[in-house]
Amino acid sequence: MTLEEIHQKLLTKFPQAVQGIEETVPEKSLKINPEHIISVIRFMKEEMQFETLGDLCGLDYPALPASCVAYHMQSYAHKMVVRLKCYLPRDGASIESVTALFKAANWLEREAFDMFGIRFNGHPELRRILCPEDWVGHPLRKDYQTPDYYNGMPVPLYFDNSNESPAGNAKT
Amino acid sequence: MSTTHELVEGHLSQSLENLRTDELLLNMGPQHPSTHGVLRVVVVTDGEIVKAAKPEIGYLHRCFEKHSENVDYMGVAPYVDRLDYLASMNNAMGWAIAVEGMVGIEVPRRAEFIRVITAELQRIASHLMSFGTYGLDMGAFTAFMFGFRDREMILDIFEMMSGARLLYNYMWVGGVSRDISPEAIAKIKNFLDYFEPKIDEYNDLLSFNKIFIERTKNVGVIDVETCHSYGLTGVMLRGCGVKWDLRKEVPYSIYKEVEFDVPVGSGEMGTLGDCWDRHIVRMREMKESVRIVRQLIDNIPAGPHRGKVGKVVKVPAGESFSRTECPRGELAFYIVSDGSAKPFRVRCKSPCFLNISTLDELTRGVMVADLIATIGSLDIVLGEVDR
Repeated sequence: MTLEEIHQKLLTKFPQAVQGIEETVPEKSLKINPEHIISVIRFMKEEMQFETLGDLCGLDYPALPASCVAYHMQSYAHKMVVRLKCYLPRDGASIESVTALFKAANWLEREAFDMFGIRFNGHPELRRILCPEDWVGHPLRKDYQTPDYYNGMPVPLYFDNSNESPAGNAKT
Repeated sequence: MSTTHELVEGHLSQSLENLRTDELLLNMGPQHPSTHGVLRVVVVTDGEIVKAAKPEIGYLHRCFEKHSENVDYMGVAPYVDRLDYLASMNNAMGWAIAVEGMVGIEVPRRAEFIRVITAELQRIASHLMSFGTYGLDMGAFTAFMFGFRDREMILDIFEMMSGARLLYNYMWVGGVSRDISPEAIAKIKNFLDYFEPKIDEYNDLLSFNKIFIERTKNVGVIDVETCHSYGLTGVMLRGCGVKWDLRKEVPYSIYKEVEFDVPVGSGEMGTLGDCWDRHIVRMREMKESVRIVRQLIDNIPAGPHRGKVGKVVKVPAGESFSRTECPRGELAFYIVSDGSAKPFRVRCKSPCFLNISTLDELTRGVMVADLIATIGSLDIVLGEVDR
């Protein structure tokens, strides 16, 4: 099964949900309307043999501007992974939680919330998972500023954002 | 004022209804030998029964994904080694394959051979660690010593090849950092001859030990449905009887040219998908790894050990999600590139992260000792859980 076939199948079933194919190399993604993400994922899980949620992660595009959630639907029957991307407003992003469909989403959504501040509606316990509870900000957002102190302890900064040419350690 | 004697007598004379057990909130970790790292599990116990066990992670969080956005593609490679520090070679191979796939770099055949040999040796080393520490969790100290003794030999080989014992920085984009020497090849052959019979010995010592079987059979049972729901891969999935191995099903590198079997659990000692099944899958995988290395070690082709790659790897704009089979499951790197020297976004999908998230469901209502048995059989490395 190719991505184009999956796109066609989803398009006939959910004409409003599928917003097209993102033509990136080497792999393409399907753009999904965030309002319909639950029904699309349920359909893929129950009717199209995408048994597993391989991964769920957030992305931050300051240029668009948008926040994005990428779902990697994994199929053992077709031996393939399909990426679904939902674009959300950059500030105050929120989307329905898929914890009812996949238990893996519980921790993965918590991580996306922790790192990007994306809210997942209907999540049983949406709290930080990797950072401490009282950490300020969402580290993987592009506009994140590392705090100087955390609870009186200095936060070390190992890299300099302004340095545009990283030292290449590769020897040919 | 009552004497101690009166206190005890008074206590004993209380009726049995007054003697009740309380629910106890217990912090297991973050510093605890049986958690295999800095994992904290908040356990609610009622006597010996576990009512709930919630893992709290993040003590080893180094924000690998943020670091990756601030160095170039070659610069990420040493960070990748530090994710799953017991299987650095496999991680680094995953990263190298992900970047090569995006750029379209051809890897020389000699490098592919060296990569698969080291990756399989690393898998043996990682499973030996799991074998040893699992024995230790179950109260068998000898297994731990044997496991570490043999793992040390593999680390010696890696030291010869890369100059480091644990964090190698060996698999580079386009090939490997140093060529393999004839001495190292001889040493690997010696090791294989020594190690292959040892696996059976270790099975006799631990896997088929009556006490060990009693401790691990029918404990921590996972069925296929739960596996899929939690997105479990690797040994966790094969332990419940699913014959799925990326090396076989979606072959990368030169895995389609080598012959090996995929061991799966069959519920030999108790229930399908219990801790013992997962343990025995690891033991049998070591044997398959030996088989793979044997097929390759004599046939390493001549040629360069690294393809033509510039000092800074230029990755065209695009996205890729690349999976490899690591000792703990499928490790995937989702790379988003905007065409600049540094990655726009690197996402590491860690198998251990999902494995440990099942703990609460697996251990509701079991004895405290079974909780330890279950954590051990998940074979987690906190460096990869927290990233």
